[in-house]
Amino acid sequence: MGILSSSVSITRYRVDGIFEKNVMEAVTNGLKKNAIRDIDSSITEKTAGWTAFENPYIPDFNKSSFSIDTYFVFSLRIDKKNIPVKVVKKFYTAEVVKKLKDNEKNNLSRNEKKMIKERVVSRLSLKIPATPNIYDIIWDYENKKIIFFSNLKAANEELESLFFKSFQLKLIRLFPYTMADLEFNLSEKQKDILKNISTSGATG
Amino acid sequence: MLDVSVSYNKYKFLGYEFLTWLWFIIENDQKKLQSIDKELVALEIGNKITLENSSNNKNETIVIKGDDAGLEEGMLSLKKGADVKDINLVYKSGDFNWQFTLKGESFSFEGLKVPETAPIESEKDIEGSVIEKNFLYNKAIKFIDDVYMAFLNERLSEKWENNILNKIKQWINIEYK
Repeated sequence: MGILSSSVSITRYRVDGIFEKNVMEAVTNGLKKNAIRDIDSSITEKTAGWTAFENPYIPDFNKSSFSIDTYFVFSLRIDKKNIPVKVVKKFYTAEVVKKLKDNEKNNLSRNEKKMIKERVVSRLSLKIPATPNIYDIIWDYENKKIIFFSNLKAANEELESLFFKSFQLKLIRLFPYTMADLEFNLSEKQKDILKNISTSGATG
Repeated sequence: MLDVSVSYNKYKFLGYEFLTWLWFIIENDQKKLQSIDKELVALEIGNKITLENSSNNKNETIVIKGDDAGLEEGMLSLKKGADVKDINLVYKSGDFNWQFTLKGESFSFEGLKVPETAPIESEKDIEGSVIEKNFLYNKAIKFIDDVYMAFLNERLSEKWENNILNKIKQWINIEYK
């Protein structure tokens, strides 16, 4: 689901901090250095990186703009190879049988089995292309706010760590407490009450 | 500021109380909502409410779903001590409607549908469409933020214990008899 979809899911963040020098340069560098890299021809099973909003399958920030109006608009792409368990089992079992026969043994050690499984998964990883999942981001730099178009836990965690790695700025997820503490200009009295508040049992 | 994961769990209830209060306000005080958003035509409960009752070692989840579903079961659950976990809302402003599910503990929006925008006919239209969509998303977000602020102003005041909480309890008890 992305910005232009007919129905979207949204998680909101506050960006903690600003760039000390050229903003555009810092964002460009962060995006380029951490752009997604293709893993189809490697044994890597999963990767994540930034990609262009308008061309998510061609992550080239030299050719695609990520600045729209006063916002930075780009996407997080998570590529993962989904190797079916039954396929792994099929090739693993065949390898085990072959190894037992070659070595004239009845059993394999745990370590041998583990090595066979790793080899099978690596070999299959070279044959199975990664499935890309794309999650759009609107970064309102001036107001230190981000709209992330996904509520998936894994995607949000990936965003938080990749964002910090790329820009050295921390993302703070906005939920009831952080909204109250950071987004509103609460008085000292309200802050004190918030600090010590507990459920009032409005129901029941 | 408290550690984020600690505060997320510690203050979940604040989101649930907000959604319960919001249900109460929708049913009883649309004028309050209109004073928060001058363009508001109405805020309505949409096609889903999820409640959860964890009191007395129970762990019941009650989901009321459907376009014409009655909310009596929800009121009964409130009376038994359930919390509103998430609520589907229809936000009507001017001539347009927004619909979404707001989750109490995370304040995340699910299934957010905004008024229709002009179709994209060429690549040149994308930028304009993003700006328009972003404006529409932010309108719903700002509305919820403003309503949440209004809730906090009540929740973090003496009025809450002395007045508002009683009104909510009365509403729950009167609605279900």
